[in-house]
Amino acid sequence: MTSTAKSSRSRTRHHGAAAVALAAAAALLTGCSSGDTSDNPLDGDKAEAGTVVVGSNNFAESTLLADIYGEALRAKGLKVTYKHNIGSRETTYGLMRNGSVTVLPEYNGSLLAYLDEKAAQTSAEEVNTAVKAKLDKQLTLLESSPAEDKDSVALNAATAKKHNLTAESTLADLKEAAPRLVIGGSPEFQTRQQGLKGLESVYGLTFKNFKALDAGGPLTQAALAQNEVQAADVFTTDPTIVKEKFVVLKDPENLFGYANVTPLVRKDALPKEGVEALNAVSAKLDTETLLDLDAQVQLEKKDPLDVAKAWLKSAGLV
Amino acid sequence: MNVLTFVQAFFGDSAHWHGYDGIPSRFLEHVQYTLLALAVAAAIGLPVGLLTGHTGRGGNAIAVVANAARALPSFGLLVLSVLLIGFGLLPVMIPLVVLAVPPILVTTYEAVRTVDPAPVDAARGMGMPESGILFRVEVPVALPLILSGLRSAAVQIVSTATIAAYVSLGGLGRYVIDGLYQRDYEKVVGGATLVAVLALVTLALFWAVGRFAVSPGVRRR
Repeated sequence: MTSTAKSSRSRTRHHGAAAVALAAAAALLTGCSSGDTSDNPLDGDKAEAGTVVVGSNNFAESTLLADIYGEALRAKGLKVTYKHNIGSRETTYGLMRNGSVTVLPEYNGSLLAYLDEKAAQTSAEEVNTAVKAKLDKQLTLLESSPAEDKDSVALNAATAKKHNLTAESTLADLKEAAPRLVIGGSPEFQTRQQGLKGLESVYGLTFKNFKALDAGGPLTQAALAQNEVQAADVFTTDPTIVKEKFVVLKDPENLFGYANVTPLVRKDALPKEGVEALNAVSAKLDTETLLDLDAQVQLEKKDPLDVAKAWLKSAGLV
Repeated sequence: MNVLTFVQAFFGDSAHWHGYDGIPSRFLEHVQYTLLALAVAAAIGLPVGLLTGHTGRGGNAIAVVANAARALPSFGLLVLSVLLIGFGLLPVMIPLVVLAVPPILVTTYEAVRTVDPAPVDAARGMGMPESGILFRVEVPVALPLILSGLRSAAVQIVSTATIAAYVSLGGLGRYVIDGLYQRDYEKVVGGATLVAVLALVTLALFWAVGRFAVSPGVRRR
């Protein structure tokens, strides 16, 4: 008897669920085909006027840099809010364009490669000029810092030894070994010019397999250290390179170009003192400093905001 | 911009049909994860559920354990187990199994416990051994409910295995996660469609198994 009651109840429940699913599907389809002016379902809300929204990409250094920019601006009396850990450049650039985020730490050459895959990167100044020409009209780059953090292909120590590669070897030397190696990187590394596409077209490297991990974060570091992948996209300021004895291959063709830390801002977002504050940060930030700050966040697990504040104070910027 | 155009573009692109990132290999990976997790969860949930349901003891303990396991956020558990254990299949199997055991365990227990006591008493009175009572009287009568527990576990595994792509596992979730990072909505929508299709196929399979395995006498009631 109970079983009869149960089965009839579950049948009505199924009908209900089916109806809900149909309604939801219909709503989804019509919602997406209703001729929205924006073709991006993920577009967010615009930033409130008078507030600077500092965004960051989904890796530790970006969060740290965003905190540095934000606190430097806050020290000038500006109203600052943070949107941390948003995602990849493919997402954050769209948010900058539509005004949901108004200040973003960027890497000049990497941004250029995103805006124009074929752009040659011969000097840091030319890169910035080229980026500004390609940028959305409402966006601009402020002054670049000497601090540089590129993407790079790193091997773990065992793989490097096995294939007789050292820190003096280039990406071209990897050609023979590549078909036997699994390479790891962020999901977007798979489709970027500064990624698998460029590694194949510039150096002729084809790998056995690609494993999607994170953007130079803990997954990538652990996967490379544990030989889950034998090669990976690692940031050159990654403190685990030294710690785990990863071997970073040289990039003579400059595929990964220039990657100086540079604030990307909306032209209408910052008053003059805000621009000056960020330029002052860029002037003081060099690669050595960045390595040190990254190590504090990633190895010593300090809070990036505290690290940012402490550095701004020690550099005399606040 | 219509969702259907995304679906069409995704499935129409021949590049999505071969290689390690092609639809056949990703689909197969997803099915493998699902079957493995379901097998492990059933190997844990079914015997315990049958035993406790048959004896009628331990029901409270099961309810407590099952509810606690259901309250665990599978995504957090996934990231945690990867960080603690490392890579590979094991850390991903843990949240999937933890998620799938409660529905199997609870429905099996309830199904066996609520079998009409009259035929059970009759069987016992005729001198049937306890194992015979369980497998030849209680299980056939309880089978529709037991299958429904397995079914909801399977569908949950199919949908949750999608997020495993976040921690570098393959499967159909790769399209959803990669597509989000690459801002490639074709991939996101295509991957989501495939997950939905797999969930529906799973439901259909359980329906077919029910048609075959459930005794006509029980089905008609």
